[in-house]
Amino acid sequence: MGGFEHYLSIFTKAVFIENIVLAYFLGLCSFLAISKKIDASVGIGMAVVVVLTITAPINWFIYEFLLSKGALVWLNTLFSVQYDFSNTDLSFLKLIVFISVIAAMVQLVEMFMERFSQSLYNSLGIFLPLIAVNCSILGGSLFMVEREYNVTETMVYGFGSGVGFFLAIVALASVRYRLRYSNIPPRLRGVGMAMLLTGLLSMAFMAFSGIDL
Amino acid sequence: MEIFNSESKKIINDPINVNNPISLQVLGICSALAVTIRLDQAIIMTLAVIFVLCSSNVILSVIRDYIPARVRIVIMLSVIASLVSVVDELLQAYLYDMSKQLSVFVGLIITNCIIMGRAEAFALKNGPSKAFLDGLGNGLGYGMIIIIVSFFRELFGAGTITLPDGGAGYVLFSIPEAWYAAGYENIGLLVLSPGAFFILGLVIWTQRELLGIEEGE
Repeated sequence: MGGFEHYLSIFTKAVFIENIVLAYFLGLCSFLAISKKIDASVGIGMAVVVVLTITAPINWFIYEFLLSKGALVWLNTLFSVQYDFSNTDLSFLKLIVFISVIAAMVQLVEMFMERFSQSLYNSLGIFLPLIAVNCSILGGSLFMVEREYNVTETMVYGFGSGVGFFLAIVALASVRYRLRYSNIPPRLRGVGMAMLLTGLLSMAFMAFSGIDL
Repeated sequence: MEIFNSESKKIINDPINVNNPISLQVLGICSALAVTIRLDQAIIMTLAVIFVLCSSNVILSVIRDYIPARVRIVIMLSVIASLVSVVDELLQAYLYDMSKQLSVFVGLIITNCIIMGRAEAFALKNGPSKAFLDGLGNGLGYGMIIIIVSFFRELFGAGTITLPDGGAGYVLFSIPEAWYAAGYENIGLLVLSPGAFFILGLVIWTQRELLGIEEGE
């Protein structure tokens, strides 16, 4: 199946055409709150890339081998006669399981960073707890289930979505930085203006939608 | 009527007006925009959020004395996630078309910051009846904004107004053919994602102008 080009296409789609923030509105809370400062935006952007790339494949494995319909069929070889697991469908548990995996992974990544890379921890550490409840992470896992990606596609998709978030938040932070000295109507300042700017960014990203690899 | 004293009224009214979760506290915007393409989606989403918000507030408020402060986030998340799973299953059972349209966004109610925010800021500090009213008020405040946004997006973007029913939605109003013949056109941009950002930005601006609230930056 297409090989490399297929994955490149998923990647560009996730970064530009179906950008997780600008086209699917995920992760907007932290997107709006943190984009006031460029340094902080780079920090949270990188943290989202790391966490999304790790959690999406892990959730894929859990979904594929524990939760989806017929996934427990491998148990049949263990307890051969009494039970038949080939029709067990645990997919209603996916929300609870995914969010717990995300919360646990965020905690693990934080501990790893603290142990092995103090400088990275200092720059990203404070953003990691925030990310556990960032909808773009859970959204990535849920989209992966809905679109029936395989494991490599999930990995590429997770990484691409993270990069898309990174680009969008850094772009918005830079625009807001420039706007600091402009004369905006006082009651439009802050979130209102950020909304309109995001709309413009989203329009700009729509220009990529003609690209087809 | 003990329930409707002035304090309870304030608990319900504040989040609809001066302390609106979306336009003033800036919480829960993620799911707010994605479901505003059509009015019926916004109405169903509002009902789902009100249900989850009220129940999670009441449950957490009842058990608030037994939750150790250190693990409260995990407990909040698991209560909310269970409630959202219930809503998801109910939608799939009784409103299958709607649950297909809302796709992942029902699941994303879990990470809707309004619900975590109200649990943390209100339910863990107040009794169940107050927590219920707070949930109701915030749910209505959320619903008001997304219903306004979806009304404009659907009317000017697609030229219809759709109300929820058991199936694909009941079309209450659609712009007559004669208008299109006379040269009227739908604004296609409003149905796409940028439209949602623009309309919400304008709604936030209007509401702050009406209430006279400014944000320092």
